[in-house]
Amino acid sequence: MRAFADLYAALDETTKTNEKIAAMSKYFSTAPPEDIAWAVHFLIGRRPKRLIETRKLVGWAIEEAGIPNWLFGESYQAVGDLAETMALLLPSAQASSDLPLHYWVEERLLPLRAWDDAARRNSLIDAWRQMSEGQRFAWNKLITGEFRVGVSQNLVVRALAEVSGVSTAVLAHRLMGDWEPTADFATQILAKETADADVSRPYPFCLAYPLDGSVEELGAVGEWQIEWKWDGIRSQLIRRGWRTFLWSHGEELITERFPELEAVGGLLPEGTLLDGEVLPWKDGAPLPFTQMQRRIGRKELGGKILAEVPVVLLAFDLLEWNGEDVRERPLEWRRQKLEEIVAGTASDGHLVLSPVLDGTSWEELKSTREQARARGVEGFMLKRRGSPYRVGRKRGDWWKWKINPYSVDAVLMYAQPGSGRRASLFTDYTFGVWNGDVLVPFAKAYSGLTDDEIRQVDAFVRNNTIEKFGPVRHVKPELVFELAFEAIQRSSRHRSGIAVRFPRMARWRTDKKPEDADSLDTIRALLPKE
Amino acid sequence: MATLLERNPNGLYCAQGDFDIDPWSGVDRAIITHAHSDHLYAGSKRYLTARAGEPLVRARLGSDARIESLEYGASIQINGVRISFHPAGHILGSAQVRLERQGEIWVVSGDYKLVPDPTCAAFEPVNCHTFITESTFGLPIYRWLPAGTVMDEINAWWRSNQQAGRASVLFGYPLGKAQRLLAGVDSSIGPIYAHGAVEQMSRIYRASGIPLPAAAFVRDAPARTDWTQALILAPLMSKNSAWLRRFGRMSTGFASGWMRIRGTRRRRSIDRGFVLSDHADWPGLMAAIEATSAERVWVTHGYRAPMVRWLAEKGLEAQLIETQYEGERDEAGGATGAGGEAETGADGEPNGTDEV
Ligand SMILES: [Zn+2]
Ligand SMILES: [Zn+2]
Repeated sequence: MRAFADLYAALDETTKTNEKIAAMSKYFSTAPPEDIAWAVHFLIGRRPKRLIETRKLVGWAIEEAGIPNWLFGESYQAVGDLAETMALLLPSAQASSDLPLHYWVEERLLPLRAWDDAARRNSLIDAWRQMSEGQRFAWNKLITGEFRVGVSQNLVVRALAEVSGVSTAVLAHRLMGDWEPTADFATQILAKETADADVSRPYPFCLAYPLDGSVEELGAVGEWQIEWKWDGIRSQLIRRGWRTFLWSHGEELITERFPELEAVGGLLPEGTLLDGEVLPWKDGAPLPFTQMQRRIGRKELGGKILAEVPVVLLAFDLLEWNGEDVRERPLEWRRQKLEEIVAGTASDGHLVLSPVLDGTSWEELKSTREQARARGVEGFMLKRRGSPYRVGRKRGDWWKWKINPYSVDAVLMYAQPGSGRRASLFTDYTFGVWNGDVLVPFAKAYSGLTDDEIRQVDAFVRNNTIEKFGPVRHVKPELVFELAFEAIQRSSRHRSGIAVRFPRMARWRTDKKPEDADSLDTIRALLPKE
Repeated sequence: MATLLERNPNGLYCAQGDFDIDPWSGVDRAIITHAHSDHLYAGSKRYLTARAGEPLVRARLGSDARIESLEYGASIQINGVRISFHPAGHILGSAQVRLERQGEIWVVSGDYKLVPDPTCAAFEPVNCHTFITESTFGLPIYRWLPAGTVMDEINAWWRSNQQAGRASVLFGYPLGKAQRLLAGVDSSIGPIYAHGAVEQMSRIYRASGIPLPAAAFVRDAPARTDWTQALILAPLMSKNSAWLRRFGRMSTGFASGWMRIRGTRRRRSIDRGFVLSDHADWPGLMAAIEATSAERVWVTHGYRAPMVRWLAEKGLEAQLIETQYEGERDEAGGATGAGGEAETGADGEPNGTDEV
């Protein structure tokens, strides 16, 4: 546990990528495989299902700290992070645990779920007593399921590659899919030999960069394959070993949620892997995303919802063909095989080929792009002809050329602290627009501001609180922000009657007064016609 | 119970003696606990402070100010109120002010810490009826490690920076903290440099007989100085200044009690936080209060509301006092206002008012 707590502290202390990689490499090259497996598991953001109610955990920490409840509350207010507050309040550490990470996880953490409260309490208090303050902090983070250290999977892969000498593409693949954090697994991920055999495992997704400059800088139109950018759930549909797996980009196995697509998988040739977007779809066009949310929200998929919100896989790439990894083959080759496969699959309309658009000039495409909103897509995808299917987000071969987002000026109404490294700052905001002379909450947004701006807003919130509801502050309506969002729908679940997609702060309108913000009527005018 | 002090717009005022303690504007007679800028304002007609602190008070107020001083433990009478100074252990010359009239004893702590500090006299508990205490770090999350352990961390950080070929820039309050760091680090590791604001104060310490290792003025260093082996002591306000750029590749550290909290460490975008404070931690505050045997405690600075509630639950007559003392503003992480009141400005950035 000592090495792991040190790793956590080292990762937490730096924002520099190479220092984070160095800290992880150091850990991976010295820790036993049983520990490496768990460390990788936690570092890439996997976490056990909830082990214990936070309320109970906090209760025992308070008891052990020997302070009243209210004083814990005051302390938490100052710290902004539960695991840290507990670590800081427990009696001064007298020890430091030499026991390995896998012991703590397998013998002490995971069993918590099964134990009764008395056993949990004893075990947790005993654990705290054996640990240093840094260890307690990391441990508390594991228990509360809030273990986040600001490393992406990509960074973990780079560190593993440094230690093992295996390429990052192979390692990224090895980390995907369903695996158990065992010593065997750790040995496998670091192993030189690359005949990986897990049938369910997807490939890392190739991600597009948003186009920042002008499209003309990309060179001739002819060098690019152009498709619509669909707004669905990016997924890989896998047919291997006569079984079907559907993986989302969030690395969730979602096969069971989409029986239509599981059926499609059964029709594919053995050893096929398609990349595409899962979309709610009717009459040859996507349904609004709120429909998909309605479907995802269901525990049971009844015949009614399946009929009302059918889905398709809009396929645009082929990564495995006849059991062979074809990611290195050029785009045109993959596209041609993909077309053959789609044509040969009697999918009853559930497997759709993402069409390739013609365009002889960027000018012509710009005018085609104007139809995007009406078609329910987000713009274009530009893929360089001849390019391989790359791992992760790499500049150069795949670009997303989105239509300009909607934008609205809205007033900051509520703020609450963020999580993880932003826990001591007010970073999560609710914005309102005018309905007559009252502000109606309209969208929540977390991102889009610089650190400096966040600090300024944080200070504003602290000094202009009208009311508190738990962690939420109702603030004086004074700050105006331009919000950008991708799509807009009617919604009965929102007080404003409107739901927007991917709202974010485009900029802080310090030049505007709250009365200059937009009204609900202006926003309603953006809604698609009924 | 007689009231020796009351709150007035200038802070704490003694009506019988007609003097103010650490007033925040000009008065006839100011009794000063120590030379930090939130306790020492210019413009009073006469000042009285502990002798050990006089040179620092002088440096801040200038040669025209009328400053009198008393040795620790010695006393004078002003209009029937007996006044004496007792070491507070906070910085050089910092004092608790003891007031006595007709057997009634009040003590104003000023800022204090209980742990040993080679650059100033150790805190001395004083029995009293009413104790007016600071509570900058008045929450149990604030608990300090021994200074020696922190100095070891700093030394290790300095050495690893040397190996990595980068300068070690250590921020801290230029009066008190910087000298404590200077006295505490292992000066055999490499050359030590100081920002002007730090070195001016260090000179007063040395002139007062406090042995401190030599630190060269950064501004006197030749253009091609190799900074990679050096430790540079600087006030936090220099962090975003052009002054810092000359050091090239560097690691930055900040020595402050606020570094105890991960959030304040992270949002400062400083590479290393070292938890070192010249204020008492929670156990220190509790020990100090208990050692006075006071029945009544007034609480100023920082996390006052939780302290007051805690003391009241322990059976003391505790009261929250509004003040303008800020507990070393450059330490404030933007979160010093406990109990739901407005908190200090945007991120509590270093105080520009620190004119030394
Ligand atoms: Zn002070
Ligand atoms: Zn102070």
